[in-house]
Amino acid sequence: MSEKALTIWEQAQVRGVSRRDFLRFCGWMAAAAGIETSALGAVVKALDTKPRLPVVWFHFQECTCCSESFIRSSHPIVSDIVLDKISLDYTETLQAAAGKQAEEALHATMTKYKGQYLMLVEGSVPTGEGGIYCCIAGRSAMDILQEAAKDAKAIVAWGSCASNGCIQAANPNPTGATPIHKLVEGKPVINVPGCPPIAEVMAGTVVHLLTFDRIPHLDGLGRPKAFYSRRVHDTCYRRPNYDAGLFVDSFDDENAKRGYCLYKVGCRGPVTYNSCGIIRWNDGVSYPIQSGHGCIGCSEAKFWDNGPFYQHLAAFPGFGIEKTADDIGVAMGAVTAVGIAAHAVTTNFRKRKQIKEGIRDSEKAPGEGKE
Amino acid sequence: MSKAQIRRVYVWELPVRVYHWVNALCILVLVVTGYLIGRPVAIQTAREASFSYWFGTVRFIHFIAAFAFFFNFVFRVYWGFAGNRYARWHQFIPTKKSQWKEIVDVLKVDILQARAEPLESIGHNALAGFTYFLSFLAFVFQCLTGFGMYAAMSHAALPKLFKWIVPLMGGDFAVRQWHHAMMWFFILFSMVHVYLVFYHDYVEGRGVISSMAGGWKFIEKRGEVR
Repeated sequence: MSEKALTIWEQAQVRGVSRRDFLRFCGWMAAAAGIETSALGAVVKALDTKPRLPVVWFHFQECTCCSESFIRSSHPIVSDIVLDKISLDYTETLQAAAGKQAEEALHATMTKYKGQYLMLVEGSVPTGEGGIYCCIAGRSAMDILQEAAKDAKAIVAWGSCASNGCIQAANPNPTGATPIHKLVEGKPVINVPGCPPIAEVMAGTVVHLLTFDRIPHLDGLGRPKAFYSRRVHDTCYRRPNYDAGLFVDSFDDENAKRGYCLYKVGCRGPVTYNSCGIIRWNDGVSYPIQSGHGCIGCSEAKFWDNGPFYQHLAAFPGFGIEKTADDIGVAMGAVTAVGIAAHAVTTNFRKRKQIKEGIRDSEKAPGEGKE
Repeated sequence: MSKAQIRRVYVWELPVRVYHWVNALCILVLVVTGYLIGRPVAIQTAREASFSYWFGTVRFIHFIAAFAFFFNFVFRVYWGFAGNRYARWHQFIPTKKSQWKEIVDVLKVDILQARAEPLESIGHNALAGFTYFLSFLAFVFQCLTGFGMYAAMSHAALPKLFKWIVPLMGGDFAVRQWHHAMMWFFILFSMVHVYLVFYHDYVEGRGVISSMAGGWKFIEKRGEVR
């Protein structure tokens, strides 16, 4: 790190980026962050005048797929941009430093930029057994999280692990894996779920923080509205097939070849909020549904527990993996029908006297009933 | 044994009867379309998607019926405070000791058939009333979860009011799952409900089936009842 912090534009100049490329980048990032054209000036101004945002990126219980996704962000400029334009001072998987130097870099940032640094967290934090399931440099993830969160400007929870626990928190959750927003108090936490999240969504979220110096609009589950306000289903190119009632029944049928809707083979598109249908993956090449596989709902909480993936209704809790609510319902319906039949039969025995009396009474002529 | 003198009692007022049949129709439509939405038939066809819209239509009917169901239910709640004694809210929520005693009696006489003597309630018996109260809770649950899911694809103000249920239940998937499971309550309820109406009409002969059309029940006069 240089003594006097360079602005992002200055930094770009040092690296030989032309003004034209820089502006192009600004436009692209504005688009990625879901910012409209009229606000493009604000993006350019921010990147022109602001120093790089100090960032620390933690890796707890995770598989690094979020980092992988991020550094593979399709637009060539994005990967370096976000890694260059922010000052990524600490990240276990990408930093050159190790051991003592890495820890020193982390603490230097935390003290020098107290209250100003952005904290990115990848992975959930184990709370079971005093948090021993995830330790870095001899300290538990819980300790590190609390220390770093205390002076952070904002926290971004990368991926499903950090935002809702993902596979670590799946039943029976042996390590007590807990998402970040449940552990941190008094700091804004932005959830960017997905396993992994789309690179452009991650970049867009950081750009928003960088540009406007405040957190983006969030929905009820703490996700940026710009990327998570619509269901995969709403933006799916196969949606007309859904409305037309044209469904794939099994993966090898004619309907699958025709590219019909994957709703019946378990597609979670209708219950999943993400931008896969719009931004897509790998430079906009494709996304799961386009490749013929239903969405598994990886950006939704508990998606591992809502299986099986190829079944539209989840297994009903407590009845084994193959039993859906419909199976239970049909069984209960059958039991009810048997109960009704049995009741109807016993009625004719037990209430026989009462019914007979009623019939006998009615056979008397009117007025004869007085005794 | 004396032959009972029969008197006519006006039990179900017109608004209650209209509510009942609108509700029955809505539930029938909602269950059929809801089941189809949960488990659509896969049609093998080479038609272009742009030429048909049957699934969209099924969903549309489901949503329309849901609105009708909701407002009908809201009206019934109001009528629970404005209607006659048989329609009032305390028929549904057992607050008195006598109501709890009647629940036990109904269980013994009508359900387990352990005792043979007939029972005396004119409107709902206490157990039926309480069951309807539980079904009202199921109505509320279906409205909350249904509109909660619908809010994501609607700009209307009403569904937006129920948006909070989705984060509360942990996402659309869970909401959808429970909304679907609760459908079976309505199916089972209807089976038992229809059977019991036939049962009561058959055993007691008070015209309980026709009472939901005309409003009248035929009750033995007091003092001359066996």
